[in-house]
Amino acid sequence: MSLRLTASLAGRGVSVDLALASGETLALLGPNGAGKSTVLGMLAGLVRPDEGAAALDGTTLFDLPSTWLAPHRRGVALLAQEALLFPHLTAHGNVAFAARATGLARAAARERADDWLSRTGAEAVAERRPAELSGGQAQRVAIARALAAEPRLTLLDEPLASLDVGVAAELRLTLAEVLADRTAVLVTHDVLDAYLLADRVAVLQEGTVVEQGPTREVLARPRHPFTAEIAGLSLLTGRRTALGIRTDDGLELAGTESEPIGAGMPVTAVIRPSSVGLHPAGSDGIPARVTALEPRDDLVRVRTDRLTALLPAAVVAELRLAPGSPVSLRVAPEDVAIAPD
Amino acid sequence: MTTSARSSASRRPATSRPATTGVPAWLLVIAAVGALFVLLPVAAMVLQVDWAQFPALISSPSSVDALLLSLRTSLTATAACLVLGIPMAMVLARVPFRGRGLVRAIVLLPLVLPPVVGGLALLALYGRRGLLDGALPVAFSTPAVVIAQTFVALPFLVLSLEGALRTAGDRYEAVAATLGAGPSTVLFRVTLPLVVPAIVSGAVLSFARALGEFGATLTFAGSLQGVTRTLPLEIYLQRETDPDAAVALSLVLIAVAIAVVAVAHGAGEPLRRRTA
Repeated sequence: MSLRLTASLAGRGVSVDLALASGETLALLGPNGAGKSTVLGMLAGLVRPDEGAAALDGTTLFDLPSTWLAPHRRGVALLAQEALLFPHLTAHGNVAFAARATGLARAAARERADDWLSRTGAEAVAERRPAELSGGQAQRVAIARALAAEPRLTLLDEPLASLDVGVAAELRLTLAEVLADRTAVLVTHDVLDAYLLADRVAVLQEGTVVEQGPTREVLARPRHPFTAEIAGLSLLTGRRTALGIRTDDGLELAGTESEPIGAGMPVTAVIRPSSVGLHPAGSDGIPARVTALEPRDDLVRVRTDRLTALLPAAVVAELRLAPGSPVSLRVAPEDVAIAPD
Repeated sequence: MTTSARSSASRRPATSRPATTGVPAWLLVIAAVGALFVLLPVAAMVLQVDWAQFPALISSPSSVDALLLSLRTSLTATAACLVLGIPMAMVLARVPFRGRGLVRAIVLLPLVLPPVVGGLALLALYGRRGLLDGALPVAFSTPAVVIAQTFVALPFLVLSLEGALRTAGDRYEAVAATLGAGPSTVLFRVTLPLVVPAIVSGAVLSFARALGEFGATLTFAGSLQGVTRTLPLEIYLQRETDPDAAVALSLVLIAVAIAVVAVAHGAGEPLRRRTA
């Protein structure tokens, strides 16, 4: 393992244990206030945990209470939601600053800055000052600056969150390129970031890691409601019945199990919204009540107090759905994936 | 500030002036009274100047000595304020320690202390029968003038710079550190460049305070022509014997102060715009 962090900070209710192999990117998912940024702060050296230890490629970042490596000695670069480019330097000056900090001479630092600005697609704005850059341009320069510091670990704290959707999509591809073989930890709310940028994900809730593993595995078979939520799936927990699952609040669903599970064992059921049928109240199916409608392009995510369904906007309009509407839900047994909890 | 305003013209066109959002009329009246309160005495003094005699009045040897001494000591004191005050402001703004509030209060003491008392305090330390027992025999010498001026002017620099450092926050410094820059590099290449406008305005305030210093200088340094008799002291002395010369020298002092403020403002403005 190249990165290992075990630390707790009672003041922020954080107690984490994370590990990451060299060259891998870990996506840190979790609701607001789960402690994601605190974890990055600990790794960067900007937040001091009460106790714990962290090591990166054999270097001890901290081993409290005895050892604490100052941020500038860690080789850990932090890229935040805001670009935070130094306002008194040009874009090029910002990147060269990071290159200089690695010990390069002035000329070599300028060359490396040119190189990184072109790799992040920001060479056209090299001579501009940060105040003259758009959000996307500034973030490109910030990426170039972070990587020009040649960090052994790159931390990204929701780097795309404050950008327009289109700009974020372009920048996500740039990030995918430059992060490919780097050890990095990425805090995000966006499942697309996790799929495209991360080899592994760790889900943080109330300061502890509740789930971690390879991205596709964790997101396809979530065991935790927040993971299911971010993956856009419905997650039910309950016990195994002869046909499928009986949830704790008494809902019975026929399902398909991934491996033989004894009756009465605790299980989870994962259901894709696109496989859920929604019908007028009173017809066959699970009675439910609409809680929220979330339009996405020409589809609408219809959240109910049971499952989430994904329907064409035209159908939602035809059914005259609104929060509070009673509906009937149907889902085929082969679309209810049951796994041991 | 927008890109176009920055690149297209150095002066903002009049049309970009923002519309006022309803300041009550009575407030404007009181503000005008306040402005006149400051302006009228100065204007009255300017009206008293005997312009025919003016060149002769300000070019007497004692006047020239006083003016040059004032400029020399005030500039030296300003430099001393920068050297001592920037680290003090950094510590107060960035280093958390117990009793920081108390230390700040002590640093700002010269601001509230009557200057004569400040002069007595300096004598009590450096004076012949002072705590240092004359080990540093500076009293009643030109260095004493600089010490007195630095003593009273230092809080102005510390105060304005500490405020600016707090407002600027330490986020850029944190970024610089994670990029691998050591504390000294961060200080010289990130922290200080970001607060250059505050350093300039703090230095101007310190210079103005040093230039106008009277009480502490008189008490601690005395009034020897060419050695410790600065322009304010010269003006005070001339007032007894030659009021016209006092008024003329006062005008010189005002002109110097205005010139310094204008130059510093002009020098600070591009930086201010750049970092805004």
